[in-house]
Amino acid sequence: MKVFVKHIEAPPVDINEVLRYARSSANDKASEALAKEVISLAKDSFCYSVCYAELPFVTNGKLCDFSAFCVESEKLSKCLGGSSRVLLFAATVGVGIDRLIAKYSRLSPSKALMLGALGAERIEALCDDFCEEYALENRVALTPRFSAGYGDCSLEVQKQIFALLDCPKNIGLTLNDSMLMSPTKSVTAFVGIKEK
Amino acid sequence: MDFRKYLNENIVYLDGGMGTLLQARGLSAGEHPERWNLTHPQEIIDIQKAYYDAGSNVVCSNTFGANILKFDGSELESIIKAALDNARAARNASKGAQEKFIALDIGPSGKLLSPLGDLDFEDAVSVFAKTVKLGVKHGAELIVIETMNDSYETKAALLAAKENSELPVIVTNAYGADGKLMTGATPAAMVALIEGMGADAVGANCSLGPKQLMGVARELLACASVPVVLKPNAGLPRAVEGKTVFDVDANEFAQDVAELVRDGVRVVGGCCGTTPEYIRTLCEKTRGLSPVPLTDKGITAVSSYTHAVTFGASPILIGERINPTGKKRFKQALVEHDIDYILNEGVKQEEKGVHILDVNVGLPDIDEREMLRTAVSELQTVTDLPLQIDTSNAKAMEAALRRYNGKAMINSVNGKEESMRTVFPLVKKYGGVVVALTLDESGIPATAEGRIDIAKKILKCAAEYGIDKKDIVFDTLAMTVSADKNAAKATIGAQSYIKKHMGVHTSLGVSNVSFGLPARDAVNGTFFAMALANGLSAAIMNPYSADMMKTYYAYRALSGLDDNCAEYISASESFVTTTVTEAKPTEAFSADASSELQRAIIKGFKDKAGALTDELLATKPPLDIVNGEIIPALNTVGEGYEKGRIYLPQLLMSAEAAKSAFEAIKLSVSQNGENTKDKGKIIIATVKGDIHDIGKNIVKLLLENYGFSVIDLGKDVPPSTITEAVLEHGARLVGLSALMTTTVPSMEETIKELRKSAPECKIMVGGAVLTKEYAYRIGADKYGRDAMEAVRYAEEVFSV
Repeated sequence: MKVFVKHIEAPPVDINEVLRYARSSANDKASEALAKEVISLAKDSFCYSVCYAELPFVTNGKLCDFSAFCVESEKLSKCLGGSSRVLLFAATVGVGIDRLIAKYSRLSPSKALMLGALGAERIEALCDDFCEEYALENRVALTPRFSAGYGDCSLEVQKQIFALLDCPKNIGLTLNDSMLMSPTKSVTAFVGIKEK
Repeated sequence: MDFRKYLNENIVYLDGGMGTLLQARGLSAGEHPERWNLTHPQEIIDIQKAYYDAGSNVVCSNTFGANILKFDGSELESIIKAALDNARAARNASKGAQEKFIALDIGPSGKLLSPLGDLDFEDAVSVFAKTVKLGVKHGAELIVIETMNDSYETKAALLAAKENSELPVIVTNAYGADGKLMTGATPAAMVALIEGMGADAVGANCSLGPKQLMGVARELLACASVPVVLKPNAGLPRAVEGKTVFDVDANEFAQDVAELVRDGVRVVGGCCGTTPEYIRTLCEKTRGLSPVPLTDKGITAVSSYTHAVTFGASPILIGERINPTGKKRFKQALVEHDIDYILNEGVKQEEKGVHILDVNVGLPDIDEREMLRTAVSELQTVTDLPLQIDTSNAKAMEAALRRYNGKAMINSVNGKEESMRTVFPLVKKYGGVVVALTLDESGIPATAEGRIDIAKKILKCAAEYGIDKKDIVFDTLAMTVSADKNAAKATIGAQSYIKKHMGVHTSLGVSNVSFGLPARDAVNGTFFAMALANGLSAAIMNPYSADMMKTYYAYRALSGLDDNCAEYISASESFVTTTVTEAKPTEAFSADASSELQRAIIKGFKDKAGALTDELLATKPPLDIVNGEIIPALNTVGEGYEKGRIYLPQLLMSAEAAKSAFEAIKLSVSQNGENTKDKGKIIIATVKGDIHDIGKNIVKLLLENYGFSVIDLGKDVPPSTITEAVLEHGARLVGLSALMTTTVPSMEETIKELRKSAPECKIMVGGAVLTKEYAYRIGADKYGRDAMEAVRYAEEVFSV
């Protein structure tokens, strides 16, 4: 089992998604102007890094066995169902957006809110692009993403994911004692690999 | 042989990759390689012996992640002892004839330091200190701090090494493809920090291959006076049929690194993907090359966590506004611990174009040590400008320098024995560029000659502490020209001589010269121009002064520092508006300024709301503006939000506009020596373990808008701190925020403690994962769906 690191080109920003995360809508001109302002403000603040590994996968419907470690979760088992291999990845858009959010939460909470929304949009876009590229390059189909903490899957699984992927060294992603990730705009997920 | 001596005279060869080789020998992903020192010592010895055989002068112990966060105390010691024993066994077994040293290897802690992560700076220092002490105890001959991707963590590790050993220290960072660290620092910034703290060599390792690191290496060579280290990867790892393959072979690697050795790199080795073969080839390709002699670059630079500011051709502006002297509103902010006010002062000056921010928070009645440390940390969350620590309190100075992320400017030392004895050791330990005032026990000499003599004395004393003149900037003291007509001449005479004949940079606190005169700006601007023409390097100044900024931009244009006068032209737009605003205050305000203020708040126009409030204050009592204009506007917006007509971003923009109106009112009230009354004190915090605070900050802003005094304890706050604050302030209401399922238990614990110690206090809670039912189950009095609900509840609590 090997861990690989990949840096991805910036996916285009979908302003409607940003507005949705900010609990606003494109009909609200003031929000839209604010979104545009923070997009320009944050344009050099992102990196797009992923580290990932392919794991073998067997399940009895309850226990998910990835060989390196096991996870007890029916939901995860169901989500990955039918795959014999799984893609495990950790992705982050870096620490720059956290700095900006921290800065503007002191100076302008409206900007901080919109920056948070932009960060959420960016990390989702990164995950989408990464999975899409992976599927294309390997000529496989992928199941939806599943993250530790969803449904009956314990957030504690993050510890095993972090140890396996060595996230701090590979992409500068760290985990605190409450299982929160820093940088905050980051995702770890399991994806089932289906041969085409 | 002594490593420092060897380093000064030779090209030093380090070892190559360890992790990738261990994986080839069966180390599985997720397994701690450091444990192999105990379980597979022979494998480690074989690899390290192969490096010595290949020609390495330094082999790093297999202790990259050996720290107290990953291993408990006794296991940590046995790992470090075994690692150093293994390295010694490898050295003894090798027949290589070169000088051989054993380094204690220290990698990142695996945690991100606060404020970005949750590891406190001092805790990080303790973590590294533990590893350093064990390394020293078990025979390390030097320390290699490597692969650090954050300047703050680099500082913590280097500080730990320096405080707990006398060993030589090599520090290398992991630079990304953009030539910066993950947290943003450039090579110049890292050299300033690392060299300033007294490391023996500075460099780059890991992340990229030698070709991609050439730019970084050359930048390091351009600014470092100590030897430069380069330890690249064997290119980039690629997945080929399920195997990791690095794309640069030993030959190409050695050729590229050899080219950089010819350019001046003095310490070389390899990182991920390199093997003993790479080191052997590298030794062969560089055989017979003599090391490029070290030169003192003589660069005067300070840094932040992103960039360095270098003294030289272009004048440096140091913003002086974070200073309570003569500012009532600022004093009030300090007394009330209103950090946001200070942060805004910092950001506004940054927008005006200053390069460094002076930070002075000294007031007789406050704990300056605590306040300065907090101000410095907090300022570093909103601005990446380097800071100038301005205090005469040595304890405050040390606390701030220690916490500061970068190489700070220090204000100040002077020619008095006691001052030098106090300040120079701090400059030496933490690094820094110190402003030296040309005065001593007998005062400020009236003449230029007298001040020059003191400057010479200061330089001599600094040298005794091991501080080079490049880390000193002289301030020859601008005295009041209205009291002595030759005052400005003496200042400039001394300053000009020091720059020209002693080769030391100078700085001036400009504004003092015009004290007691009318139209002070004109005098300041002209004095500034005279000083610049005489070689002044930096000025501590007021960036809101149009005359000062005009002089600055005009000087740069006239000195060939401004291509096509582009910066002058773009700055000139603000020269015009400044003159207009200066003339404004007493002119009659527009008839409908009041309804306009309401409109500005509803629309969320921050600046306009502030300006309109200023206008209204000329005729209306502050309280009438609050109750008649601001609150009605806020209510309109609040209701719109509650009914779903207005979205959250708009609500916040309006709240910010209202805040700016309130700020104008506060300023006016404090100038009139009155006190603003608040509706009551509310403590708010994000609970222990949780680092999300956008929601909490929104609640704070709205509560303040509605006239409550909010004491914000920040994020990741332990229950005991919250309880103590409630008791200390006698707060009747607490707001707790938690965003994660994992941190809700911490909220429950906080509520339990509060019920015990402060049963009278009401508790409202909020956060993404909370529901009404859950909130009541953990014992809260109120679940707030959003910020407006929090406001309504607060009004209810305080109306009783």
